[in-house]
This record gives sequence, structure tokens and C-alpha cells, in this order.
Amino acid sequence: MTTEMLFAGFGGQGILFSGKQMAKSAMYAGKNVSWLPSYGPEMRGGAANCSVIISDEEVGSPLVTNPDILVAMNLPSYDKFEASVKPGGYLILDSSLINKKCERTDIHVCYIPATAIASDNHIEGMANVIILGQLLKLTGLFDYDTFLSDMIRGIPESKSALIEKNKTALELGYNYNA
Amino acid sequence: MSEKVLMKGNEAIAEAAIRCGCRYFFGYPITPQTELSEYFAKKMPKVGGLCLQAESEVAAINMTMGAAASGTRVITSSSSPGISLKSEGISYIAGCDLPCVIVNVQRGGPGLGGIQPSQADYYQATRGVGHGDLRLLVLAPSSVQEMAQLTSEAFDLADIYRMPAMILADGALGQMMEPVDFGAIPQRKLPSKDWAACGHENKRKKNIVNSLYIEPQELEEIVDRRYERYAKVEEIETRCEEYLTEDADVVLVAFGITARVCKTAVNAARAEGIKAGLIRPITLWPFPKKAIHAAACKAKAMLSVEMSKGQMVDDVRLAVNGKCPVEFYGRTGGMIPTPDAVREKIRAMLAQMKG
Repeated sequence: MTTEMLFAGFGGQGILFSGKQMAKSAMYAGKNVSWLPSYGPEMRGGAANCSVIISDEEVGSPLVTNPDILVAMNLPSYDKFEASVKPGGYLILDSSLINKKCERTDIHVCYIPATAIASDNHIEGMANVIILGQLLKLTGLFDYDTFLSDMIRGIPESKSALIEKNKTALELGYNYNA
Repeated sequence: MSEKVLMKGNEAIAEAAIRCGCRYFFGYPITPQTELSEYFAKKMPKVGGLCLQAESEVAAINMTMGAAASGTRVITSSSSPGISLKSEGISYIAGCDLPCVIVNVQRGGPGLGGIQPSQADYYQATRGVGHGDLRLLVLAPSSVQEMAQLTSEAFDLADIYRMPAMILADGALGQMMEPVDFGAIPQRKLPSKDWAACGHENKRKKNIVNSLYIEPQELEEIVDRRYERYAKVEEIETRCEEYLTEDADVVLVAFGITARVCKTAVNAARAEGIKAGLIRPITLWPFPKKAIHAAACKAKAMLSVEMSKGQMVDDVRLAVNGKCPVEFYGRTGGMIPTPDAVREKIRAMLAQMKG
């Protein structure tokens, strides 16, 4: 089985981080993975995206053009990639930043106000992890506890506050009923 | 079993270089290979090595030559326009019979071009990287694991044959992350560097590293001897991967990231009953002529797929030598071909043959 994902938003939202967490967890689970970022002038505040492929087979082209799962964290990304999602696939969007309704009926669309949830819970900047929580619940790609421990693995003791924030964010996202 | 780590292709090259004893990096930043020098800048001081950002690519390649002349392992890296700047120095390194590793993480050209992945420096790497009769060992990785593996291999080959080796990668391979297992990388038995200019302490005759020979007879002899070594490299070190070529009607030839796109296309073509196969050159020089010729004797047609306007296709045609038609499909300027487009091209070729 092969799952192709695209994470898109603007620089600073943790788009590349989200993709990396998915790739890491899949690697620890023994899958073949690839992670390909957009790079260049779109960094630092401009549009950013990354392609992640998780597969039981060898990964071919690392570039995802028709994702099974699209995470859109700003309007330009939504406009650019909404039509590319495979029929039967998932579109998860940050509804605090994207004020649009998806017209497609052949995909699962999930609206989650991740940025608002983050600021209501004083974990600004963690909207990406909140979305990851919701993504886990929707797709069942990874076991929640395994994913959490993979995510906090590698965070040094000195940054233990970060561990708590990540835990909170993942939980909030997972428990949100879209 | 050693643990796999998720890392970028650029970082994997740097880590592999350090692991196989390279302690000197000279470079100048350029997208999309800058993570490589960033990694060296962090790691080299910790292992007693040196990472130096030179004032230009020209300076960096000449520093590389100096370090290589002393017999130490040394690496330099750049992306397409930067390699053009280094080409004079590369010719001198070849003329001095010095081993070193040069990395080209290709981007779109010509000129400043763009910063997205490309394979349009194939001619440069395999033909025209500097003036004079010379060859570079050119290795073409197609995964992050191979970025590490072939870097280690490049150092060994360079040392064994006393010639510069190039890792010809591209922006996608440099930027993408995949799992890497450094424990799985073998190392070869190496000759001693008794030619190195590293201080003789009056205990032996001095070694001179030089590429200038005023007497034409002498220069011809030197170049002839070098070409005997090149012939040995061609005989022993040519490498490629064959995938489903045994019964294939259409055999694709592609290297690097493009080979992965082609593998997906071959699988898709097979799923609809088309007998497609793939030859992936791992060494671009020496080029796997024999494998390609053998495949051409059995196939109905060959297809070279590249991220350029068609460069390797010339070598494919030379290897095929008229045994069957050779076609080309490519994207350029930083575009990566899609598996669907390659499959379309295979279908079109078959339809044309039937028509």
C-alpha cells in the first residue's frame, strides 16, 4: 500500500515539521518513506509545502501531484491543491485561516479551526500538531500513542516544555469533533 | 542491525564523507546544495576536520587540489553554475592524477538558470568538465541511501585509480529526506599514497605534484598511461541496475531521480500488459555500454528519459549502435517528469511501431 500526502501552508506554520513527523513515524514502523520539501524563494513567509510518501514498496518519484491526504493551512494552498486530491482522499484544512467551503463530494473534507484552538489554549504556533492529531483520528494511519512517542523522541530534556505543548496539541486535535 | 536515520540527501553525502575519513571540505554556498556545507560546518570541527567557506568556487577547487596533493581525503561541492567555475581546477586535478570527490547537486541551466532539479550537466560531467584529454569517474545516486553509499564508493575509487570522482545528483535528491543506514556501507582495500607531497623529512626523495609537461613526448606518455588506467576503470568499475529487462519490448534508460520515476512508469506499463523494463546507469562514466547493447539486441525499442533536452541519449545511441530505434523523453528547466507522462510516451512508441 502507498499513501501520498501533501502538507501546504506558509513558512513558519510548521508545514515541513508536520511532514517530517509523518515520515519519521512511518520509518520507525518499517515502511519506505520519502519527504520532499518545496525549496527556494518561497521560504520565510511565502508558500511552503512538502510531499510525503509512505509505502510498503520502493518509493518512485518523491513528488506528490495527486495526494491521498492534503493538509491545507492557508488559502493560497487550498486554492492551489484542492482539486488535486485523489477521489476518496482526505482534505484537512485550517478553517480559522481558510474561509471557504469545499464543493467536492468525492473526498472527505475536514474543517478544523486549528489556529483558533491553539490560541484559545495558549499554545500558539502549534496548529500544525493539532491538525496532525485530527489526521490520525480520521485516517488511522498510526497508533496515537506510538505517534506521540515518535514525535517527542529526540526532543532534549532542556526543552521538556515543548514535549508538554506537543502532547496537548496532538490531544486537542485528536479529540476535536469536526 | 544498525538504525536507520531520516536525513536529507545533501546531509547524507556529508555524513558519509566524514565516516569514510574525509576531514577537509572546501566550498562556496549555492542552492540546492547548501545543507552539505552547513552539515560540514557543524560536524567537521568536532572530528578535528576543517570546513572552509572559500571566497569563490575557483578558490574552493584549488584548495581541494592542494589538500588532495598532500594525500588526504578531501571533498568539494556545488551546483551547476558553480561546477562551471570549478572546471579549470578539475582539469588540473585530473592532470596531476589527484584523487578527490566533487559533488554536483544539479539545478536548471544554462547560466544562472533556476534552482529546481535538473540533469542537464550530463555532457559537462561525462565530456566537458575541463580542457584536455581527461575523464572523471561519475556516479549517479538515485536515493538518499545511495547518496551516502556512492560518496563512500567515490572516495575509494578516486584513491584506487588516482583520479577525481564526481557525485552527479540533483536538487530533488539533495533536498529530500529518506531513511539511511550508514552501517550497510562497505569499504574497499586501498593502495598507499606514496606519491603524496606531505613532507619527506629528508627520509625519501621528494614527491612533486604537477600537470605541466613541456616536452610533447613526455606529456603523451603521461596521458597514455592515464588512459590505461581509464581503460581499467571501464573494464572493472562500470555499474548499472537492470529492472525487468529480461523479456522487455521497450527498455528505458534513466539515472538518478528520473530512474525512480521510470520504475513507477515501468510498473504501470506492466500492469496494462506492456513489457517494459529499465536500465539505470549507476556509473555515467564509465557508461554501461555492454548492458545497454545487450538489452537493445532483444528489445524492440529503447527510450532515454532525462531531466534535460537529451544528453545521455547520445551515449545510449552509441551503445545501441543501430540495433533498435532509440527515442527520447525529457523535461527541463527544473521540471521533474511524471510517471504518467513516461507511460504515455511508452504507449505512443508501441502504437507507432504497430502502425
